[in-house]
Amino acid sequence: MSVSFVRREMIAPQPAPSNNTGPIAWARRSLFATPGDALLSVLAIILLIWAIPPIYNFVMPTFFGGHAVAPGGTVEDCRALGAGACWAYISARMSFFIYGFYPPAEYWRPNLVFLFGALLIAPLLIPRAPFKRINAILFFVAYPVVCFFLLNGGVFGMRAVPTEQWGGLLVTLVISMVGIICSIPLGILLALGRQSKLPIIKTLCVMFIELWRAVPLITVLFMASIMLPLFMPQGTSVDKLLRALVGVTLFSSAYLAEVVRGGLQALPRGQYEAASSLGLSYWKSMGLIILPQAIKHVIPGIVNSFIALFKDTSLVSIVGIFDLLNTVQAASSDIDWSSPTQAITGYLFAGIVFWIFCFAMSRYSIFMERRLDTGHKR
Amino acid sequence: MSDMTSGAAARAINTANMTVSQTDVAIDVIGMHKWYGDFHVLRDIDLRVMRGERIVIAGPSGSGKSTLIRCINRLEEHQQGRIIVNGTELTADLKRIDEVRREVGMVFQHFNLFPHLTILQNLTLAPIWVRGIPKAEAETTAMHYLERVKIPEQANKFPGQLSGGQQQRVAIARSLCMQPKIMLFDEPTSALDPEMVKEVLEVMINLAEDGMTMLCVTHEMGFARQVANRVIFMDQGQIIEQNDPDAFFSNPEHERTKLFLSQILH
Amino acid sequence: MAVQDNLAGPPRTAFYNDPVIRGILYQVLVGAAVVAFFTWIILNTAANLAAQNKSTGFDFLFQTSGFGISFSLIPFDRSSYYWEAFLVGLLNTLLVAAIGIVFASMLGFAIGVARLSSNWLIARFATVYIEIIRNVPLLLQLFFWYFAVLKAMPAVRESFELPLGIFVNQRGIVVPRPMPDAEITWVVVAAAVALVGAIALVRWATSIRARTGHYPQGVAIGSRIAGLVVTFVLGYLAFTLLGSVIPALGNVPYLPLLGGLGLAGLSLTAYGFYGRAFIGFAIAWAVVRFLLGGMFGSLPELLIVAISLALALVYGWTMLSVERRPTAGDNKFPLALPLLIIVAVPALVYWATDASLAFEIPLLERFNFRGGMQLVPEMVALVIGLTIYTAAFIAENVRSGIQAVSKGQTEAAASLGLREGDRLRLVVIPQAMRVIIPPLTSQYLNLTKNSSLGAAIGYPELVNVFMGTTLNQTGKAIEVIAITMAVYLTLSLSTSAFMNWYNARVALVER
Repeated sequence: MSVSFVRREMIAPQPAPSNNTGPIAWARRSLFATPGDALLSVLAIILLIWAIPPIYNFVMPTFFGGHAVAPGGTVEDCRALGAGACWAYISARMSFFIYGFYPPAEYWRPNLVFLFGALLIAPLLIPRAPFKRINAILFFVAYPVVCFFLLNGGVFGMRAVPTEQWGGLLVTLVISMVGIICSIPLGILLALGRQSKLPIIKTLCVMFIELWRAVPLITVLFMASIMLPLFMPQGTSVDKLLRALVGVTLFSSAYLAEVVRGGLQALPRGQYEAASSLGLSYWKSMGLIILPQAIKHVIPGIVNSFIALFKDTSLVSIVGIFDLLNTVQAASSDIDWSSPTQAITGYLFAGIVFWIFCFAMSRYSIFMERRLDTGHKR
Repeated sequence: MSDMTSGAAARAINTANMTVSQTDVAIDVIGMHKWYGDFHVLRDIDLRVMRGERIVIAGPSGSGKSTLIRCINRLEEHQQGRIIVNGTELTADLKRIDEVRREVGMVFQHFNLFPHLTILQNLTLAPIWVRGIPKAEAETTAMHYLERVKIPEQANKFPGQLSGGQQQRVAIARSLCMQPKIMLFDEPTSALDPEMVKEVLEVMINLAEDGMTMLCVTHEMGFARQVANRVIFMDQGQIIEQNDPDAFFSNPEHERTKLFLSQILH
Repeated sequence: MAVQDNLAGPPRTAFYNDPVIRGILYQVLVGAAVVAFFTWIILNTAANLAAQNKSTGFDFLFQTSGFGISFSLIPFDRSSYYWEAFLVGLLNTLLVAAIGIVFASMLGFAIGVARLSSNWLIARFATVYIEIIRNVPLLLQLFFWYFAVLKAMPAVRESFELPLGIFVNQRGIVVPRPMPDAEITWVVVAAAVALVGAIALVRWATSIRARTGHYPQGVAIGSRIAGLVVTFVLGYLAFTLLGSVIPALGNVPYLPLLGGLGLAGLSLTAYGFYGRAFIGFAIAWAVVRFLLGGMFGSLPELLIVAISLALALVYGWTMLSVERRPTAGDNKFPLALPLLIIVAVPALVYWATDASLAFEIPLLERFNFRGGMQLVPEMVALVIGLTIYTAAFIAENVRSGIQAVSKGQTEAAASLGLREGDRLRLVVIPQAMRVIIPPLTSQYLNLTKNSSLGAAIGYPELVNVFMGTTLNQTGKAIEVIAITMAVYLTLSLSTSAFMNWYNARVALVER
């Protein structure tokens, strides 16, 4: 039999049949594919219809048709029957949530700190931005020093503001920034130590890392706030905020060390061999060849541990530091604004602030992950 | 013959052979279309495969050749036309899909062996759980096929311990253990190092000599010349040219076929 | 000179360039620095303690504590010792961790699977849940549950009443207290035996099935019978529920009984799927109607009945139209039999021994509830918070574990003719679990460590009772902190020992 066949005219692409595209086909495929799916979808839709209007009414101010009290409203509005979230309370106490007990006349100082931070971080995070090295040095070295003198004062005629008066979002950011900046070098050293062939150094690093990773942060903070004063020579007083900073830094450097170690282990052996075959010393081959690659690989992991660190800063409220969560908690017993929704509005506000920071960081980590992935394929 | 122009024409080729009894037909694809969303991947495919026939499908990447054979055991769904395998028409009915899959073996480009099971367990899994064959019997069959693909000594190793060529031979043996009536090959040698291609092709040639119905997507033109009854060339989701291997290689008619062959044969 | 050196052997390196000597030098330096640092700390601490006139040592553990603990699994009062306080704290930590782990695993697996669901809405729900919960500090969530939700509940007098005699108020949740009599022990034993027996039966039947190609005759027949019983029970339930939706049906005598028998009979014929669709329809109708009634109480009754009927009809119709259950004969996995054993054996023992399990329903008196069991709000908030928070992380682990099994694996299994259930059981789940279990264990450990945040809302767990109250009262900072950290260190090291063992056991063999 002859099987010969040659196509003379190509078939042009045709539109998909209507039962394959369009919203109805989509709904059938992704909502009602099986009886179980159909039932789940219907229950989910019922749940949405049930839950969304009350949530909308609670969160949205009257201007948008909800029942919440917009900023500028009075406490009487918030106390009214059926009133939603009391945003007026948040806006009235906003400066407390941001600066804590920082003297209002000196707000420009934390504001400058915020501004410098934003100006330095933004180009650091954008992979294409130039001057990375200078930028990094400015951020990791110069910025903390400038911030300390700006916030603490006592120099250049600035009024001294003791750390007891720092609070709110300011303290949350200070703790997480210091934690991040100090734990990076410490974490890298620990990771290198753990990979080291020298037994004593290796053991010390393993013990350090495993100890901090084993215990909850809250016990570390308790320890820092109770034991640090005991460890110091008699008569030295350690600032309360500093104690928390030490605790947070030690804790997060242990986690960071494990992330960096992951990057070191993921590097092919050839890189190590190539580095030593070039005749570079240990520190040169680590600093010039191994670490830059390893750290680049684990940027998503590092960002993820910063998210954890940022969330964990809220624990300092347990040792009596007025971070964002603690200011919100403290303000919730403010009689002037007492209303049925006072506490929940405060938590909602704090939750939204934390969420914005963490979500942004997690998106950034995903962005970097994709970027690194494609970088490999090329 | 060759001035036919459309799918209807191709259908005419097939219906011309209608005298053969239906039981001799292994696969019948009639006017089949497939879309990925709005993208028309397979356009009016007509293909009848008789029992014992060995067909090689060639074509540039993205031409839809893999999608076509994946439709035949319903790893992909088609939207228009009919696919009848071993007399069973493929529809949304899971029972029929399982029925077809039991009789159709498939070999993948990336082997897809189960890494958590030994080679022997890989081979006996389906006979035991699909066919209900007693374990001892399934193992005997498995060892028989392992011998056929010349690696009985690897039976108790894990897939990760084998070379790519060995893994692909295990994958073929795994399909054979279900004693399928049809074997589909989806670029079985594309992921292999050059020195391993031969050992896999040898197994496939052996299989062809035993009269297995085979549908192979491959770029191994030597294999096509040696064992195929028919070579099909696909591009842009349609069958462009089809002929017996001698005619196909010596006298390609369509411009695209010529271009493709000149690229692939240098 | 140089020539001579070369002849004598390789050129000698300066001792400070020899890598071995250099390594030793580094280590000695670091070691000395660490020792010096610790000596300095210890000397300082000793001086500080001496200045404060404090002694050291663990004898304080055997002093009476003099404080009370609001929630304790073992007897504890003011005259108890500090070591008992430690034990109470430890037990409370472990209790919350255990409950949290069970709930978080269930929720986390459900959400992880939902995240990959082909159902767009369900997948979206799971994503939103994970993205919200992961990105908000746990402590804030605990505050929310404790202060904004549980503490905002009405006073005791105005307690919310939930079905089944559960009451919610400011002081927590009051649930009926089970009042088992002595015979109940036998029922519990029977339940345990039935569970073990059912699992053993399944494993045995499966191994026989693998070896011979058939499930054992007895199991196959037993499973058929069990299937009939299950159909009868479901049918009974369906008609009972139908009776609750349509009052007229509710009045027909013996309707559930007859209906159940009818459906069981129908399931023996080729038209069994009509019966299944009917059961699905009836149960769906009653459930949706109940849900709608609870959620939109303000809508007219008739409308709710009509909407739920429409939805249930659609559901029943899809069940009918899909008709996708392959009849697998004796190769079908005998699921009904073990299920029946697990339910029926304890029930029979319950009936035979004349055991009784009464529940003491809490009763609201003038100022408080009499009877019932009080769950303290601190614990409820902590369990809710830990469960919801950890579930988000577990869900991500589950998702990535399932995604780690390549699509090719499922396709290969499908192309061999394995049915969906077998594909999951034999190919996907064994591979996914290898990926899921290690991070899952560390999530369990995290949950245990995070339970220390209970201290912030006043739940008497280890950190609260020991590092808080005990430390404050005794002032034994070093000892108390050392003990507490040792506890967590032990938990953590044993977890990582387990993980190493597990990883070594399941590691895929590679070349």
